[in-house]
Amino acid sequence: MNALEIEGVWKYYGDFPALRDVRLKVAPGSTLALLGRNGAGKTTLLRIVAGLSKPSRGSIKIQGAEAREESTRRRIGVLGHGIALYDELSAVENLRLFGRLYGLPDPRKRADEMLERVGLSRVRDGLAREFSRGMRQRLAIGRAFLHDPEVLLLDEPFTALDDRAIAVLQAMIAEMRNRGRTIVMSTHQLREALELASHVALLQRGQIVHAGERTPQMVEDTGWLYRTYGEK
Amino acid sequence: MFLRQAWTIAAKDLHSELRTKEAWNASLAFSVVILLLFSFAFDPSSEQVREFSGGLLWMTYAFAGALVLNRSFAREVQNDCLDALIASPVPSAALFTGKALANFAMLFAVELVSLPVLVLFYNIPWSASMFGPMLLVMTLGTWALTVIGTLFSALTVNLRLRELMLPTLVYPMMIPALIAAMTLTTQLLAGDPIGTGLRFLTAFDIIFTLLAVVFVDTVLVG
Repeated sequence: MNALEIEGVWKYYGDFPALRDVRLKVAPGSTLALLGRNGAGKTTLLRIVAGLSKPSRGSIKIQGAEAREESTRRRIGVLGHGIALYDELSAVENLRLFGRLYGLPDPRKRADEMLERVGLSRVRDGLAREFSRGMRQRLAIGRAFLHDPEVLLLDEPFTALDDRAIAVLQAMIAEMRNRGRTIVMSTHQLREALELASHVALLQRGQIVHAGERTPQMVEDTGWLYRTYGEK
Repeated sequence: MFLRQAWTIAAKDLHSELRTKEAWNASLAFSVVILLLFSFAFDPSSEQVREFSGGLLWMTYAFAGALVLNRSFAREVQNDCLDALIASPVPSAALFTGKALANFAMLFAVELVSLPVLVLFYNIPWSASMFGPMLLVMTLGTWALTVIGTLFSALTVNLRLRELMLPTLVYPMMIPALIAAMTLTTQLLAGDPIGTGLRFLTAFDIIFTLLAVVFVDTVLVG
């Protein structure tokens, strides 16, 4: 069974097709870099996979189940453009809240563990709004990984992160990968993405123009993929 | 599980509101000021008070409620928190129920403070026997305002003019419940027996709660 199966997905915004007959299969344990220029449809596709939006046509299966099913959502983690944290709650309150929403057996313990992991245990009771940008980003990473998701969806995960947050995120992604979790990430940062990825999919004007394993050539020459499969 | 998730959402909203007091301060100040200004501006006779007390009270509650309801889903837009909630395993119905419960608690608290202001400044004869029926009318009426307001707060959350759109959409839907609550309150404050409005309000609450729970997923996800 595939970790993710996208079958003939179309998404229209009015008359404009943001996604056109997208078909993609992601094997369990693989790390897929979803590449494409601005407006190619990466975020739209990830939002549909995350269950945040419904496709106009087609279907999405995550580990064989519908994306909007409660049991599916329990198994996926999402790190989007926003940090998805409440400014008026403290770091530990934010993580405990999401721990409870995900039905974790001991949200307090898990929140403490995650704060330690992202290096924020010293400021656990500080309000999120009082944090620096980098600290907020690390807290957001902790929130996305809190419930140990089997499928992780990352939308431009390295954009605007500071060095420490990038290090935390890279370490956590590597750990997830080693534990056989499936990761789908959209990104512009080709080098970081290709170093982490086992597979690559290139989206262009809402269509997948290439999907397959990452080759050493792609890492050595990051422009090769766009030159070979992208718009001329 | 459903109730636990709904309670987690409600507790989060109340906790956030207690920290910032944004909606609470605005709503309470508005309702108290309106009641006071109206009493000073018109100096109504006891006969006039008898006629319009229910109307004045529920109009104040409805406008004060809009201030609470506007913040309900708007606080989720900041930092894209709504996406995290929708992506979580919390059913949309539990998310809605939690938000509605928090809004109900906030609005009901504003009403409990505003009611004595009305009684005091309009010289309304108050007896202990009125307390129970009044609480019942307030509970049913407030839930009607809350359930419709919360659903439309979700519907308008991504609109640029949501502060304007929410009242525009919500008040026409609230009219039947408001009329019933106004009539019942006027009868209660005048010491008259209350009519069939309670049954109407109860039916209104049940129907709109069911409709909201059924449609909220479509409203949030499309």
